[in-house]
Amino acid sequence: MKTNLIPAIRLTVVMLILTSVIYPLVVAGIANLAPGGGKGVTVEAKGRVVGYALIGQKFTEDRYFNSRPSAVEYNAAGSAGSNKGPSNPDYLKTVQARIDTFLVHNPTVKKADVPAELVTASGSGLDPDLSPAAAKIQIARIANARSLSAERLNQLVDANTNGPLLGLFGPSTVNVLKLNVALDQLR
Amino acid sequence: MISELIGFALLFGTAVGLAVLTGRYLSRVFRNEPSLLDGLAPLERLLFRLIGVDPTRPMPWSQYLGAVAATSVIWVMLAVTLLMTQAQIPVWNQGAIPSMDWTLALNTAVSFLTSTNLQHYSGETGATYFSQLVVLMFLQFMSAATSLTVGVALVRSLRSESGASPGYFYGDLVRSLTRVLLPLSLLVAIGLVFAGVPMTFAPYDTIQTLQGDLVSVARAPAAAMLPIKHLGSNGGGFFGTNTAHPFENPGMVTYCLHLITVFLLPMAFVCFVGYYLNRRKLGVIIFTLMTGCWLMLTIPIMQQEWAGNPAISALGIDQSAGSLEGKEMRFGTLASAFWCGVNVVIPAGALTSMHDSYTSLSGLFMLLGMQIDAFYGGVGTGFMYLFLYIIIAIFIGSLMIGRTPELLGKKVGQTEIQLATGVIVAQPLIYLGLTAVAVLLVSQTPDGGASLGWLSNRNAGPNGYHGFTTMLYEYVSSVAGNGSGFEGLGDNTPFWNLTTALAMLLGRFIPIVGTLLIGAQLYQKPFVPSSSGTLPTESYTFGALLFIVIVIIGALCFFPALAIGPIAEYLTQPR
Repeated sequence: MKTNLIPAIRLTVVMLILTSVIYPLVVAGIANLAPGGGKGVTVEAKGRVVGYALIGQKFTEDRYFNSRPSAVEYNAAGSAGSNKGPSNPDYLKTVQARIDTFLVHNPTVKKADVPAELVTASGSGLDPDLSPAAAKIQIARIANARSLSAERLNQLVDANTNGPLLGLFGPSTVNVLKLNVALDQLR
Repeated sequence: MISELIGFALLFGTAVGLAVLTGRYLSRVFRNEPSLLDGLAPLERLLFRLIGVDPTRPMPWSQYLGAVAATSVIWVMLAVTLLMTQAQIPVWNQGAIPSMDWTLALNTAVSFLTSTNLQHYSGETGATYFSQLVVLMFLQFMSAATSLTVGVALVRSLRSESGASPGYFYGDLVRSLTRVLLPLSLLVAIGLVFAGVPMTFAPYDTIQTLQGDLVSVARAPAAAMLPIKHLGSNGGGFFGTNTAHPFENPGMVTYCLHLITVFLLPMAFVCFVGYYLNRRKLGVIIFTLMTGCWLMLTIPIMQQEWAGNPAISALGIDQSAGSLEGKEMRFGTLASAFWCGVNVVIPAGALTSMHDSYTSLSGLFMLLGMQIDAFYGGVGTGFMYLFLYIIIAIFIGSLMIGRTPELLGKKVGQTEIQLATGVIVAQPLIYLGLTAVAVLLVSQTPDGGASLGWLSNRNAGPNGYHGFTTMLYEYVSSVAGNGSGFEGLGDNTPFWNLTTALAMLLGRFIPIVGTLLIGAQLYQKPFVPSSSGTLPTESYTFGALLFIVIVIIGALCFFPALAIGPIAEYLTQPR
């Protein structure tokens, strides 16, 4: 046993220093050169930091593009999905209530057109994005709340849409925080 | 949708290409032939001097297993101690994180030692930066290096030339780290920080959102941990929601990078087997079989998720983008389901979406992928499982044609077949036995299990079957070393911490010890050149036989439990 224990202990100490001290410090050093200095890229508006580009925020007011439901209410001190099974009756009641709320706030939208993403919670609870369709379906409500033309809002969504990576990977998305910052700048 | 599918094909092709190159490189490294990173030799000599070992010294099998055991015990004890005192350690401590109780610390230590990364804690609230980097990431590196080393030892025993040895454990372990895992991790980490993944020791930030709410934002030194999380088939992320968290996986650039690193070493290991044994055709046949089976599991998951949740369709809204509960919009339904299909066959078990919210039948394919655990499988360990199936297939095939069973010129005897069967049967025994105990406890609780607080899905009918699947999934994932979960399980309780720790230990070390013992047996046997009387293993006919054996074992061992889980849920759900 002794023949094995001593090399095992020495190996542990040496490798701990290499993999868990030197390696992360090198990565952290390189991260200083990255956008945001490795601390996450922030978004500024009204002369202050209003959030992180990658971390979604709760938008429930009629005058903003609303974000998806979240199991952690977008408090990024943690993260979680709902973890509700597909036929969980309590879950289906929650979704029904979200549909009803959405239809009250968006009276011009037909129920059959409500995109599922606006009434289902994301995996992380911090989803920063919407599909362009889910943003555009909210335009009539925002145009009304802000007295802006639907056409300008349509252009705004288009300007903030990111297509698939290289046209091949993943869906088109709109970053809700950036979209709403741009919305506040419209006059 | 078509362009997305082309994207997946391109991504897969890139991974295969890189895996072939890496496989050839691995073969050179472990044959001690000249290779790309020979410039690191002085560093390795320094490391060997510091550790006090001579890497050229041959090691007998008993001592080899002793070294695996000694390192494992030391790492678990170190990890448990540090996790139970993490609140008191002032270095890299972002504050307000309690120390772990002993059951959670033991579960976490075992889970990272075994490359499972089950994570009954949540990253943001349960682990300090120190614990994440010095305990968890350290174990991710070491368990991956151990898997690779042990896999190499098994392959060495299959070499035809006499005098082949399992190798020197510490030598191969160090070289796995310096020649493979650390350089690749550094390269990927640099890619990740420039794609937006944070790498900071700063504490959590507080911001006022555009709408005016005050929220806290967890940041982290995450970019260093994520490459080895995927390269080592580990899967334990920095944040609670793993690769679904936007800081771990900011977009499709990181999605592709992460997924290629998940694929890379398990695939490369199959190529390594072909190159190292000089049996390319065997490598190609195994690779083809693995790819075909992986697609058979992944395509149905993608199809089911794209079709959507029938209960949501019944509410009369637009579900044309697929089932989106628990999925992120930057990946969408297809990329999330594709990722899921990869991460259940390769036991990284990382999540970009929450598997508990997947449609009923998807759970069936996820469970099958983990139960078989050999369609690529983990670094080194995936080939181990396939090797066991190969032994059984050779036995059955040889009996059918009335020949002596032989594998690559070595006679396969009674001991080897008994060991292989024992390991294959042990797996379902462990997870079915433990699931039965958990189900018994739920059913014996007077309020139907509500007071246990275990299941977020426990209503009568299809949702109840879903609850059963949740518990089955937890144990299958533990035994398979996968580490993903139906996260609707309140799993940080002494019962779940201790039973899954047991499942992980048995699920990891029974196959390692079993296959190494088979290797030791084969290694002692003389090489017999193949003749017309040998069942040829390097043929597509044998590949087909191997597939049938896996299906038969699967049908016998797995389907009874699947029938009362996802299949019952599917049949009873409203439509």
